[in-house]
Amino acid sequence: MSAPNELTTLTAAQMAAAMAAGEISSAELTRAHLDRIAATDDQVHAFLHVAGDAAMAAARAVDERRAAGEPLGPLAGVPLAAKDVFTTVDMPTTCGSKILAGWQPPYDATVIDRLRAAGVVIVGKTNMDEFAMGSSTENSAFGPSRNPWDLGRVPGGSSGGSAAAVAAFQAPLAIGTDTGGSIRQPAAVCGLVGVKPTYGGSSRYGVVAFASSLDTPGPLTRTVLDAALLHEAMSGHDPRDSTSLDAPVPPVVAAARHGDVAGLRVGVVAELSGEGYAPGVLSRFHEAVELLESLGAKVTEVSCPHFGYALPAYYLIAPSECSSNLARFDAMRYGLRAGDDGTASAEDVMSLTRQAGFGAEVKRRIMLGTYALSSGYYDAYYGKAQQVRTLIARDFSAAFDQVDVLVSPTTPTTAFPIGERADNPMAMYLADLCTIPGNLAGNAAISVPCGLAQEDGLPVGLQVMAPVLADDRLYRVAAAVEAALDQRRGHPLLAEANGITADREAGR
Amino acid sequence: MSTITVVPFEEAVGRYEPVIGLETHVELGTASKMFCGCPTVFGAEPNSAVCPVCLGLPGSLPVINEAAIEYTIRIGLALNCSIASWCRFARKNYFYPDMPKNFQISQYDEPLCTDGWIDVEAGGQTVRVGIERVHLEEDTGKSLHVGGSTGRIHGAEYSLVDYNRAGIPLVEVVTKPVAGTGALAPVVARAYVTELRDLLRALGVSDVRMEQGSLRCDVNTSLAPAGSAQWGTRTETKNVNSLRSVERAVRSEIERQAGVLDAGGRVVQETRHFHEDSGTTTSGRSKEEAQDYRYFPEPDLVPLAPASGWVDQIRAALPELPAARRSRLAAELGLSETDMAALRNAGALDLVAETVAAGAPAGQARNWWLTELSRRANESGTELAALPVTPAQVARICALVESGAINNKLARQVLDGVLAGEGSPDDVVAARGLAVVTDTSVLAAAVDQAIAANPDVAEKVRDGKVAAAGALVGAVMKATGGQADPQAVRELILARLSA
Amino acid sequence: MSITRDEVAHLARLSRLALSDDELDRFAGQLDVIIGAVARVQEVAAAGIPPTTHAAELANVFRPDVVQPCLGADVVLAQAPAAEQGRFRVPRILTED
Repeated sequence: MSAPNELTTLTAAQMAAAMAAGEISSAELTRAHLDRIAATDDQVHAFLHVAGDAAMAAARAVDERRAAGEPLGPLAGVPLAAKDVFTTVDMPTTCGSKILAGWQPPYDATVIDRLRAAGVVIVGKTNMDEFAMGSSTENSAFGPSRNPWDLGRVPGGSSGGSAAAVAAFQAPLAIGTDTGGSIRQPAAVCGLVGVKPTYGGSSRYGVVAFASSLDTPGPLTRTVLDAALLHEAMSGHDPRDSTSLDAPVPPVVAAARHGDVAGLRVGVVAELSGEGYAPGVLSRFHEAVELLESLGAKVTEVSCPHFGYALPAYYLIAPSECSSNLARFDAMRYGLRAGDDGTASAEDVMSLTRQAGFGAEVKRRIMLGTYALSSGYYDAYYGKAQQVRTLIARDFSAAFDQVDVLVSPTTPTTAFPIGERADNPMAMYLADLCTIPGNLAGNAAISVPCGLAQEDGLPVGLQVMAPVLADDRLYRVAAAVEAALDQRRGHPLLAEANGITADREAGR
Repeated sequence: MSTITVVPFEEAVGRYEPVIGLETHVELGTASKMFCGCPTVFGAEPNSAVCPVCLGLPGSLPVINEAAIEYTIRIGLALNCSIASWCRFARKNYFYPDMPKNFQISQYDEPLCTDGWIDVEAGGQTVRVGIERVHLEEDTGKSLHVGGSTGRIHGAEYSLVDYNRAGIPLVEVVTKPVAGTGALAPVVARAYVTELRDLLRALGVSDVRMEQGSLRCDVNTSLAPAGSAQWGTRTETKNVNSLRSVERAVRSEIERQAGVLDAGGRVVQETRHFHEDSGTTTSGRSKEEAQDYRYFPEPDLVPLAPASGWVDQIRAALPELPAARRSRLAAELGLSETDMAALRNAGALDLVAETVAAGAPAGQARNWWLTELSRRANESGTELAALPVTPAQVARICALVESGAINNKLARQVLDGVLAGEGSPDDVVAARGLAVVTDTSVLAAAVDQAIAANPDVAEKVRDGKVAAAGALVGAVMKATGGQADPQAVRELILARLSA
Repeated sequence: MSITRDEVAHLARLSRLALSDDELDRFAGQLDVIIGAVARVQEVAAAGIPPTTHAAELANVFRPDVVQPCLGADVVLAQAPAAEQGRFRVPRILTED
């Protein structure tokens, strides 16, 4: 990878420490990241909107508060990239869709609000699969993002822009949303840490809904500690979200600082490996399990018999909810309006606008969900999927009676080439095979890098799953794996990413 | 459209047995909306009472207003319903421009209150109307249709939408089918809505202003051949928005359906629209395909599980309900059943009770509200309660008459003044100089004048035909501009002519 | 389990999507495959298993009946495709509610 400015290669924790020590200012740090974005985003296309002036103003405001001796949060002054699914009053929110192109929300998402209050500097909005439906960002109406490890490959999705930005050192922190794996899968294929907190642990208010009962905002970072710091800053009870849990945020930062797995019971999910998994993915996964054992964890194999039905259940539940959630995009109150020639009826204008404004995957899922909820089909599809959801949750709770955490590969393969699965929805859906059960049950899960696949040299993620509100266990395990692998390797994994060409950057 | 010969009502109910059902929507009088903190105002600047939630903006989420749940439970308890120990909201999916999310948060197969009843009085008998369910949902925005001639939806060039009403809590009360009421069906329908309205007002859950659309009815009607055990196909007449219209809509549907059936036709299950001007219904625009609302549990909300302790608390705090209150008032005021019925129909019971509470005799209070004030309300097209006169003022007018300060004719002029905004009854008496003429020299002069002008009449009175004195009294009253006490005048005349 | 082109056309109408003929053909094929795959949930023996609609087992999440500030008509209408007289202007509506 072309050499980024040394400031941008620091971890968020290091940046915060340097600012606290007065060694650098947030303005310098933010400027360095904006420069990095300017230098690399024509190759990576991580951003849909860069808010340079607003970011610099926010950075200077933090510097002034610091100079005035005000107490500041642990991430004050650190730059962050936000998935374009969070509403922001000072930036457009498009969800990667033409139907919302240019829409300027009149309110901030709760998560955005909390991050601003914590002094985090938001540098821009990142690319995503349209309305978070996809695993590659190829479903963005504004073109795909590219994987900084190999620009010919996808960065995963749907939070692919956020992952690409962090992996390309355009920002040390990013937030995304995870409905079926949309944080963990891009984190895995970009060599990052990605966390899906417990459902209800982070607020959905101001997160443009894809599937309400599954959507979970969470962090994407380069290190486990950074993820924990961001997790803590963005989470907690929100009275504006009825499904928000009124419980303290689990002690994730402490867990990330003390990655100790001695005596921890780790269950390997029998159903999440084998056929369909890339050899390099399985090798790195098995090594990671051995590593955990060597660090004192007690590893056993655990069976979750209904996990095989998670993918079909998910592709009924998520489309059903999305078919209803996306009905509001109808050209009447905001967003795109097409076909309004003065004679067309409201009904026609709705249909023409939705036809023009939505991409193929969104249309497929809307129709699939409409089908699953139709009278006569509801019981056989949506109703049955909700029962399967119960069975999957029971599998989890039976497993967590025996072990403290469950592990699996995060995704069956490494990053795939752009275009490879674009015309094959079912193949694309398989990218979320391992991550979906956690969404259906609502528990916490993380993806942490566990090396590069031997066949293509691309990152592989280890997924760790924990019970509801035991998010801290994720950080314990992930921190232990990260520390051991970094030590063995002698440097962070991302130092090996070399997709961005130096000459193009030099040519700016 | 085929022409159908409408069957006269009496004939129709002679040959067919009507079955009716009512679905009544009531806007709750909470301070804030169902799922957000916007105020539930009527008549505010368009789109001024909206926020991301009630405007359905992307990313917004609903949170249930606790007061709306409490109000609904109150209604359910007053209607003798069971309160669900666990239930959920559902999404009802359909596209319509006045619905910001293109789904309505409602309740589907898990309503908050089920299986109750209410007794209504109609045509001298008590009819028990079963309540199927009471559930809670959110109201939609309001459209203004522009272009075309009528301001109606058909023929309009475009529409303008105001979302202030969107998200106001709306309770739907659904009756069980009401059968066996025969020719009384239209009256029963009206009596039910009246009783429900009074109940809702008494519960303090809604101001129930039908003219502002805060109570709206859909009326289901079907006919079965007399004596048949099988019910007929029902139609649903939408948006019947006054008590009188409820009765007329049922009546007109019975007459129309009887015509269809007499002609050997089949009643089509459809939505119909009621027209205030003609008092008839017309078929709603036929839909290309049957609505499929794709109900499913609202994933943005969590279930409702009202604790039994809470429900008990609400039950204990229920106010006196209208039926009980009516019995008590009838006894306290000594009013007959006929009087009570008349007062209820006129919406005057509370007003009379308050007038009596302010010191007026029951009979006089009843007369004022049922005759003079009812006439004026009719003339100005408002409800009695909306007249700009308070029960206390009516009581004061009664007191002025009682004391002899004014007579009945003057009292009506005092009322005119109060209604015209001229102040309290005493203010009007003073300002208009309406006090009874008691100056005997003035009266004596008027009496002399009347006798002089009517010598024949005076002669008759002198001859003992005392009844003839009325003409002289009239002349005096006329001369004094009505401001004399006719009894005093009469006595003066008789005294003068017997001398 | 299979889905016909006509059924897809019906779903498109219900979903307010003015699909082209090409799309109808393509989506019919794709949805047929997808529905075939998701229909696997029907293999699961689930008699007596309650449905899960929420991961979190919460109930009675309420808001006090307190009025909060609104956005203001100018703010909400600023994003409208068309506005007139303080209201959202929408094309003529064919069907009554």
